[in-house]
Amino acid sequence: MVIEKTAMAGTLESSDAQVTVSPADTLEIVIESSVINQYGRQIKATVEETLERLGVKNGLISVVDKGALDCTLKARVECAVFRSCDASMVNIPWGGVIQ
Amino acid sequence: MINAVGRDIPDYLLVDGKEVYQGRFAKDGQVLKRDAPTTVMHEKPVPDKLCATIREACEKCGAHDGMTISFHHAFRNGDYTASMVCKVLVEEMGIKDLRVAATSLGDAHNLLADYIEQGIIVQVQASGVRGRIGDVISAGKLKEPAIIRSHGGRPRALMSGELHVDIAFLAAASCDKVGNASGNGGKNNCGSMGYAIPDSKYADRVVVLTDTLAPFPNVPASIKCEDVDCVVVVDEIGDPKRIGTKEARVTQDPRDLMMAERAADIIAATPWFVDGFSYQTGAGGPSLAVTRFLEERMDAKEIKMGVAFGGITGNMCDLQDRGYVRKIVDTQDFDTKAIAHLHDRPDHVEMTVSDYANPANKGAYVNYLDYMILAALEVDTKFNVNVITGSDGVVRGAPGGHPDTAAGSKCCIIVTPLVRGRMPTICKDVTTVTTPGECVDVVVTDYGTAVNPARQDIIDCMDAAGIPHVTIEELQEKAYSIVGEPDPLQWEDKVVAIVEARDGTILDVIRQIKPYTFE
Repeated sequence: MVIEKTAMAGTLESSDAQVTVSPADTLEIVIESSVINQYGRQIKATVEETLERLGVKNGLISVVDKGALDCTLKARVECAVFRSCDASMVNIPWGGVIQ
Repeated sequence: MINAVGRDIPDYLLVDGKEVYQGRFAKDGQVLKRDAPTTVMHEKPVPDKLCATIREACEKCGAHDGMTISFHHAFRNGDYTASMVCKVLVEEMGIKDLRVAATSLGDAHNLLADYIEQGIIVQVQASGVRGRIGDVISAGKLKEPAIIRSHGGRPRALMSGELHVDIAFLAAASCDKVGNASGNGGKNNCGSMGYAIPDSKYADRVVVLTDTLAPFPNVPASIKCEDVDCVVVVDEIGDPKRIGTKEARVTQDPRDLMMAERAADIIAATPWFVDGFSYQTGAGGPSLAVTRFLEERMDAKEIKMGVAFGGITGNMCDLQDRGYVRKIVDTQDFDTKAIAHLHDRPDHVEMTVSDYANPANKGAYVNYLDYMILAALEVDTKFNVNVITGSDGVVRGAPGGHPDTAAGSKCCIIVTPLVRGRMPTICKDVTTVTTPGECVDVVVTDYGTAVNPARQDIIDCMDAAGIPHVTIEELQEKAYSIVGEPDPLQWEDKVVAIVEARDGTILDVIRQIKPYTFE
């Protein structure tokens, strides 16, 4: 997928993550987390895996994590990317790239 | 050298008789000569001990570079006095190389964090470090490692002379012109002065700070005129809104209530739940809720609690008013209701933190404690507890009475959710050991209860009562299955704080945290 415009998903509540994606020429992931010392590596891996599954090659991906579980992180990244393509309202590929 | 909880203590810290932790009762029976403060003859009557300013009191008491000063924390986050005094010492008098030995430090003391960064405060000794002071300590800004002691460990250190206070600056709600001071009777009350009293007995010089000058004699007094050098009247000793919080509400969170009820079931199933039992809880939500569930179990058995002690909240006072608790013996008041109750009720009395928890006296109250209900930041599969370092490795907590009550009580129950956000509470190894696992008996979580295998007697009681339990390893695996296994924290070599066991040996060290990088 191609990130077409800036879009956001998630909140800054505890146990959630706020993911913002914007168009860019390269792929850059910026992570802030309340649990970065113990889970930074795993958060980054989860975000990278999710982007790869969605076929996102370029974009600025900003994650502000408040201790979200991996399932929440995946969902927030997926939603932000789909919103950036105006694809989040209908015909969502449940069971396809959205797992 | 590896100590009895498996922590590697650097050899360079093991000097001047300092030893590593060898087990919870390793020092039992050791003979100790009490350290004594100096006093000054006062034969000639003077009208009063009032000083017009803090500076005048500091000068009279011989304030000097390198001295150790102390404060107490009964006014908690509302305390103005520690910062006020340090400001005078540093900015008016230019005192350097200060050592601050407070009973606890927190958000009210951010000014002290500035002085640590400037190298003016060179050491901190406290039972807890919260707020920005914790950040600067963890960043390695102190010239000497901080020393973290439990509530009982601190008076032990005073008694042994390991901590010798040059000047104690003790805030009091009311005080007369000669130094009879109380936590009540003022415009900003804190209730029990349990933390301050040992300092008034062991410091060479004692300055009382108050905002309410009471008529002589201000009795009953917690701090006695015989121990006080100077009295200073200041405008406000604290922010009353932050001294006594409103009465702590018992949690309505169904998860907390479920854990609390399970803890109450365990108490009711064990043999110490008889008329006159002794009991203490921490002030956290689930811990406080246990008391609520005990009520019906006391009714069912037609028994009463003999004594509740430690830090006291309004809901324990309610329980006493309704006839369930014979005596409350109080080291610290957590809310305005408890503060007033201490003043009004003859069977609710003050006790010093030494009487409460000091392992070096002839038998502190904690040794006669049946049940202790506590919280934890982390518990590991060896039942070791951490209540001092956060998930980022930064100092931001307080052992308080945790290690003392866990060691002394017959049945120590930790009540804690299995995970908090993404942080696993039950883990393979705690970041910092503040309470040794051998003192911890039962861990109640929302995903099951684990009993220390050393306590087969409690396991038998729970089996007989049909209370299910699992192993601590099962709880840890469940936690990691939800949140993932945490990566180990990255530390520098530098030791920024020493965690002392209550007997004065070294339980663990806290190192400087490395800034996180993804590489």
